[in-house]
Amino acid sequence: MVSAGSRAGSGNEAVVRLVDVHKRFDELVVLSGVDLMLRAGETTVVIGESGSGKSVLLKHIVRLLRPDRGEVYFHDQRIDNLTERALVPIRPRFGFLFQLSALFDSMTVGQNVGFPVAEHTRLSRKQVDEIVARKLAMVGLDGIQSKWPAELSGGQKKRVALARAIALEPELILYDEPTTGLDPPRADVINELILKLKRELSVTSVVVTHDMSSALKVGDRIIMLYQGKFIFDGTPESIMRCDNPLVRSFVEGRCSEELLQALHEKGEA
Amino acid sequence: MISALGGRTIASVSAMGQLSLFVWQMLRWLVVGVPQWRTWRRTMPLFYEVGNRTLPVILVTGTFVGLVLAVQSYDQLRAAGFEQRMGVLLSITLVQELGPVLAGVMLAGRVGGALTAELGTMRVTEQIAALQVMGADPIRQLVVPRFLACLLLAPLLTFFCDVAGSLAGWFVAVRLKGIPSGPYWYYIRDAIETWDVGVGFAKSLVFGAAIAIIACYKGFTCRTGAEGVGQACTESFVISFIVILMTDFFLGTFLSGLYRGIYGFKSLV
Repeated sequence: MVSAGSRAGSGNEAVVRLVDVHKRFDELVVLSGVDLMLRAGETTVVIGESGSGKSVLLKHIVRLLRPDRGEVYFHDQRIDNLTERALVPIRPRFGFLFQLSALFDSMTVGQNVGFPVAEHTRLSRKQVDEIVARKLAMVGLDGIQSKWPAELSGGQKKRVALARAIALEPELILYDEPTTGLDPPRADVINELILKLKRELSVTSVVVTHDMSSALKVGDRIIMLYQGKFIFDGTPESIMRCDNPLVRSFVEGRCSEELLQALHEKGEA
Repeated sequence: MISALGGRTIASVSAMGQLSLFVWQMLRWLVVGVPQWRTWRRTMPLFYEVGNRTLPVILVTGTFVGLVLAVQSYDQLRAAGFEQRMGVLLSITLVQELGPVLAGVMLAGRVGGALTAELGTMRVTEQIAALQVMGADPIRQLVVPRFLACLLLAPLLTFFCDVAGSLAGWFVAVRLKGIPSGPYWYYIRDAIETWDVGVGFAKSLVFGAAIAIIACYKGFTCRTGAEGVGQACTESFVISFIVILMTDFFLGTFLSGLYRGIYGFKSLV
């Protein structure tokens, strides 16, 4: 097994550190002693099978979940043991793009994007509106402030959610399956936006995805989770040369030999 | 069997602990939020929602309960020679018991279920997690305004239920049965004390608070998927209904004992 923390300290400053993180839901072990260091300005892509714990890992980073054992640090501050109230000043430094966008149904697009700004600053409504327009323009959607989330397509929802995630100019953006459910051209729009935000805002990013073309395009580093542990940690180039059969089958989108055999056996029975 | 029993006991204790923590957090945010204008700005639309959804059905229910009570009690009271005091029986029953209970049940059915569905859907679509990630406490944002709306509107809705029932009773007594209007109102004024109105008011406050807490808690803790939300709505109504009836019994017993202790026995005839 590869420890993603083994490369720690070799590059830029660590923005996030996970140390020996364990998580289980009832009998199901999801994370089993995960070590991870995210360096400033880097885009880390987490890949793995469905149910391998990618989203759970992401939720530990923003402390939506607490580890059963282990520690989570944001810069040098330990955050896994903080109360919700103590997390309030830290949370605006994170941006999170949810898999289902998670736009508030009862608010317009403008209100959604302006929500974190209104919540954490004392800016006037006019100033908030200006920020909203700027952020929506960054994702190519200025002018739709008065629309409701229900009136948007899946891709537009993701882009509005992204505008909301960057409204407070966070230093760390986490993307949970950003291209899932989108057609290839729209998925590529999201990929381009991830690259653009990295370029323009110099943010640190973590992208959880199944989409290998997206992973190869946006990632500076790719790690693969399997049964609660990292089995690969390297560059997009090195994953293409990796000879681990589990990594290979995922990268090539191929069913594993055991699963294939089991399917054939069941078919014959 | 012992293991299953133990498991259930642990689950029940754990659920009670979770609920207590939820209520504690809500009360803390309530104390912080009540003096703040933004809390009331979030609550105003809910006043309309709760009132608008519940008032028509409460007026209809109150009216028919008043009509039925009057029709059913008239013959018995007439046989005993107390028909002119029919208004007293109706008013005491409505003000102390049926008004708060009916308003509570209607509130639980019309509003409690809707609140659970709304919050449950927000949880399933990760909108509650999005609030948390943005450093906005979901209990402060979502639960406190809904609690305030239910708590403050329950007595008002009870008042409308009492008025509708009393007018319906008057209609049967005076218009249909020929009881003189003067004595009808005289005996009511003579028998109904501030205490009786206070009992109804106290009960309705407790019911409003219980409905809001149960509905919001069920929404916040519902299982994922449409089935999870549906089940949470059903449980929310059933639990609210049982809690209303049980609380009514215990509060009624306690308050009537308290009345006897302070003022002695009160005869209505």
